[in-house]
Amino acid sequence: MSSIGASLKDKFLNGALSITLMSVLFGFLLGGIILLLAGFNPLEAYGVILKGIFSRPKYVSYVIIYSTPLIITGLSVAFALRTGLFNIGAEGQYIMGALAAAAAGYYLKLPMVLHVFTAVGLAVIVAAFWGGLAGWFKARFGVNEVISTIMLNWTALYISNWAITIPSFGRQGTGKTYAIQPTAQIDILGQWKRTPEGIAFLREHPMLWDVLKSPVNLGFVFAILLAALVWYVLNRTTLGYELRAVGHNPQAAEAGGISVKRSMVISMLFAGGLAGAAGAFQVLGVSHRIATLAIMEGYGFDGIAVSLIGNNSGPGCVFAGLLFGSLKYGGSKIQDVMGAPTEVINIMIGIIIFFVAMPKLIRMILAYRKRRERN
Amino acid sequence: MTSVDFSHKTVEMIDVVKKFGDFTANDRISLTVHRGEVHALLGENGAGKTTLMNCLYGLYRPTEGVIRVNGEDVVISDPNVAIGHGIGMVHQHFKLVEPFTVAENIVLGREPTKTLGRLDMAEAERQVAEISERYGLSVDPQALIQDISVGSQQRVEILKALYRGAEILILDEPTAVLTPSEIKELITIIDNLTSEGKSIIIITHKLHEIKLVADYCTIIRRGTFIDRVEVAKVSEQELAAKMVGRDVSFSVSKSEVVQGDRALTVDNLVVRDNRGIAAVNGLDLQLYHSEILGIAGVDGNGQSQLVEALMGLRQVESGRILLKDHDITHATPRQIIGDHHICSIPEDRQKRGLVLEFDVAENLILETYMRPPFSRRGVLDNGEIYRFADHCAETFDIRPRNTGLQAKSLSGGNQQKVIIAREVSNNPDILVASQPTRGLDVGAIEYVHKALIEQRDNGKAVLLISFELDEIINVADRIAVIFEGRIIGILDGDEADENRIGLLMAGGSA
Repeated sequence: MSSIGASLKDKFLNGALSITLMSVLFGFLLGGIILLLAGFNPLEAYGVILKGIFSRPKYVSYVIIYSTPLIITGLSVAFALRTGLFNIGAEGQYIMGALAAAAAGYYLKLPMVLHVFTAVGLAVIVAAFWGGLAGWFKARFGVNEVISTIMLNWTALYISNWAITIPSFGRQGTGKTYAIQPTAQIDILGQWKRTPEGIAFLREHPMLWDVLKSPVNLGFVFAILLAALVWYVLNRTTLGYELRAVGHNPQAAEAGGISVKRSMVISMLFAGGLAGAAGAFQVLGVSHRIATLAIMEGYGFDGIAVSLIGNNSGPGCVFAGLLFGSLKYGGSKIQDVMGAPTEVINIMIGIIIFFVAMPKLIRMILAYRKRRERN
Repeated sequence: MTSVDFSHKTVEMIDVVKKFGDFTANDRISLTVHRGEVHALLGENGAGKTTLMNCLYGLYRPTEGVIRVNGEDVVISDPNVAIGHGIGMVHQHFKLVEPFTVAENIVLGREPTKTLGRLDMAEAERQVAEISERYGLSVDPQALIQDISVGSQQRVEILKALYRGAEILILDEPTAVLTPSEIKELITIIDNLTSEGKSIIIITHKLHEIKLVADYCTIIRRGTFIDRVEVAKVSEQELAAKMVGRDVSFSVSKSEVVQGDRALTVDNLVVRDNRGIAAVNGLDLQLYHSEILGIAGVDGNGQSQLVEALMGLRQVESGRILLKDHDITHATPRQIIGDHHICSIPEDRQKRGLVLEFDVAENLILETYMRPPFSRRGVLDNGEIYRFADHCAETFDIRPRNTGLQAKSLSGGNQQKVIIAREVSNNPDILVASQPTRGLDVGAIEYVHKALIEQRDNGKAVLLISFELDEIINVADRIAVIFEGRIIGILDGDEADENRIGLLMAGGSA
């Protein structure tokens, strides 16, 4: 027992985890200083944020809803990074996934569970193709994936905006599509909670009612399953072995008989599919439609940050996504309650990433502390 | 060797201790160097040579001990302080800006300027020309680093130190990257420097070179001081025994084996390098079972491209590679390794041979991970993988015996053992070994040679590519000399002598 405790302690104090935790701490510290400079009491602000996250069941479910797409796009970026590819294109793949899910959810008429799986499946295939395209460009023509995925992001955005103008798909004048069929929705008790019996039942169970006031849905469950899948594929399968070998040292992988080009394409197919699933769950569980986008929503870009904070691992992305979702949701409340700028939250997230990307500095601080302890 | 001024001690390191956590890398090591002396620091890989020199150069702070420069106690807190005391270091891996000129690299950080801080390149080039002439280090100040040879780059590094006023030069494994002729030039340079009163410390594990250039030698083993000897009074054998801690045999014992059937035929092969030049240019070669065919030659005569073509890593322009009668010219690496049973020990073990971030076990299955027992239906079987790895660690003496350690935390010799374990356990018919002992110490070299001979004794065909002529002569049964992408002579191992091969290597006819 004590050895497990010791190894856990070791992980917290010396491993990658300690760096992440220290970075988060610094993020809060510097965020507090900025709040102070702006004339707000940081302790009060953090109190508001904590309350905004935990004080009501509804808030917690909103945090989970906010986190779900971030976890999955984080997985997408992490998966590609393990093969040494920088998937800036999670955003575009997300858009393509959302578009495919919205179309499948609206046009197809299928029974309940089957409809969900078909819509998600189509979204994953379309987005995997979108990601795989960047992988293929790199393998075949040597195009840097950062450049090709940025291009594909904008292409996806305009394809999506154009699709909404199709009369049978988009509601004229609203800039939105028609809502998907109820059979494709993954809201928990989404239909029932609006029926008279449902309302009557919920009046007697205020806790549950509070939770169901949010568009709570199954997306988070799928996100956890996907995180487990990513971990399993990367660490327990021959495919994951190949991809990691290519990520660490493509030349040694090639000499060992692994096809580097094939690995690049496969990795980007997977990454695209994951980001597409994020888009699909968002459409099927939260928005039920897609809307014309002036700029990108940023789920894919936030995925880059989630992946970095989560140390590019499946479980890491879950926690980083939850942290990100909490800050985004809870942080928005300091504006309403105190009139403090929500931008501070974004600055804080930026600072956390900044420190995560600077492990050396954190290690120096940790080493300094240890030396002082010894003396 | 006559220029040593014993009245003047330039460097004294007294009872220096350097600990990293609980690990003691240097345990009370002392070292004295006089003006005009070439002092060799000898030890196996991981013995603590470089750590000690990093303490002297200010890259590490010693945990205990005293450092004196020219008789004065000094605290060298960083390399700038070291440079201030006239200490310069040439690292094994050069620290040069590739797209800059020679002169720009040398003056970098101490550029001569005109008024208003404008760079005075003409003055810089003049100064560089002046010091390069004084010490006989010929370089072209205007050439770009990326365009000059490795030997020239090393001269630039030495000039960089001299430009900063170095009186004491530390050279870390200076000959590891040089060709035989470049080594000769380096020795001349070292002679010039010592006759000007400079002191030189050479970190090395090549005994032959110590005998050639050094006056005194300090030997360390596993972080402790073993001995300080006057080089002229000891033999290479004695040095080796002190370094390794046991007697080492230099000559390789080989039993007589009858050459077997033909294993591999290379027919009029042409392979282009990255610049598009035909590096292998009409090469013919026959390799037989139960023999070690050595390819001797100076670096850059097409050896790398030949091996890459054999292993399917580089496209063949024309010509054929035949395995018995089977054409494998355009086979993929996986077919070559898996179906045709040709395995290789790559020349650059860290680049081509290992995934350094993978642990030892993961590296050991790099070519076999997709097959049972290591995986079934695409799922890895970690139990089998680590069982196999532990078995390899035992059989091939990979140290430490922890197959969960990342490959990068192993010493060079043990990294090479991991590669040899992988390739030999794969039970190839043909083993291609490029530079298998590069950067290894005597003990590890002995091990590698034994492994190659064992393969040959088991009826395998072994192709040994090496720039070390001694190695080829000692180990190979037949010797093929490569020059400008062609085999220009084949000699029997028994009748080969260094002069004849040397002449062929330089493109002469035997």
